[in-house]
Amino acid sequence: MSWSHELWRAIEGTVLIFSGVAVLAAMFGVLLERKISGWMQSRLGPKHVGPQGLLQTIADTIKLLQKENIVPRNADATIFASAVLVVPLAALLDYVVIPFGTTRFGPLIFRDLNIGVLYFAATSSLVVVGILMAGWGSNNKYALVGGLRSASQMVSYEIPMGLALITVALLAGSLSTVKIVAAQARWWYAVEQPLAFLIFLTAAVAEVNRVPFDLVEAESELVAGYFSEYTGMRFALFQLGEYGEMFAMAAMAVTLFLGGWRGPVLPPVLWFVIKLYALIFVFIWVRWTYPRFRIDQLLNFAWKVLIPVGLANLVATAFFVMVVRR
Amino acid sequence: MLLDWGYVAIFAIVGTLLAAMPLFVIWLISPRSDYPQKFETYESGVPAIGQAWAQFNVRYYLFSLVFVVFDVEIIYLYPWAVVYRKAGAVAFYDMLVFLAILTLGLVYAWRKGALEWV
Repeated sequence: MSWSHELWRAIEGTVLIFSGVAVLAAMFGVLLERKISGWMQSRLGPKHVGPQGLLQTIADTIKLLQKENIVPRNADATIFASAVLVVPLAALLDYVVIPFGTTRFGPLIFRDLNIGVLYFAATSSLVVVGILMAGWGSNNKYALVGGLRSASQMVSYEIPMGLALITVALLAGSLSTVKIVAAQARWWYAVEQPLAFLIFLTAAVAEVNRVPFDLVEAESELVAGYFSEYTGMRFALFQLGEYGEMFAMAAMAVTLFLGGWRGPVLPPVLWFVIKLYALIFVFIWVRWTYPRFRIDQLLNFAWKVLIPVGLANLVATAFFVMVVRR
Repeated sequence: MLLDWGYVAIFAIVGTLLAAMPLFVIWLISPRSDYPQKFETYESGVPAIGQAWAQFNVRYYLFSLVFVVFDVEIIYLYPWAVVYRKAGAVAFYDMLVFLAILTLGLVYAWRKGALEWV
């Protein structure tokens, strides 16, 4: 294939993934979250814009598009402005290695990198750079505390997440996400590795700063945390980054532990979407079930529970593979 | 291999442009009005006292230092996991030693109180 063809394919894929994430994850995700939250709290949720409030987020986006962009006088303007691009980009870079399904022509994936899992671990942790930039650049006390909390929280939970990823890579003998999905032909890794699955899910909730690990933007203490000073579309881009990251984490959990796009009867892409939204539902469910942690409890949980358990699980799995599978 | 990373690079470049697009749109259509109070730092409605760029809790540094140690060591586990099946029992015992040292580091940090939030 000629290079112009390759270039065109890459651009096409990028635009497709961006618009898909913006519509299906950010816009529909926000609506879903508000609807399910309403349902769990015995209220209706958005109801007035469009049938059953279906167009609510579109109306919100149009509203945000018309708002003024305010940069506080004391802020570091360069860092303040560029943080807005780092967060959604870091979240969206995760989608490069996620196989959405399979067709006659091969797996439906932007690029099947041979170090896919490691790549995911790297890009998903890039978000913290953006959050720290936003917190520092705003020159606002709430934003700074939010940014710092986020940094310590996200780096702490990255280690148990890495251990869970390595356990799966060990079983599959590969870091390519496509090969890991292929290796789950008989059993989902959630069945073989329930502990790693739980560790991954917990770390994923912490990495995307959601309740019960939402100290980063604890509304009752920090206003809106690291994006307190952002207005209009910049605020919307942070939302895009946040929901994009949440869906990326869920998609990775589906790929690594729930057999990816595998399933009977229905087409593969549909299976992937069903599993993805089931996990998103779990995230929202957790949000309305648990109260927020304190920061010492949060860090203790990562360092004194998840990391030792993750290490023990890794050694046990390695031992199991050595004894049983040789 | 190189082509793979070419794809990723294009994703990053085109992605940045796409993310910047709504910012360009609001630059075109958003209203602008100037009055000094608007550009104040938000502090619950009262004038902000001092800068936010001041001293903050040293604990944050400690956790990032411990993180750097652990994360660098965990990077070594990725290639190990891939070749584990082929390498056989040697890989298991070698990594056991490596993980023992890693665990020792965790115990050390724990006992030293680096993981306590005071």
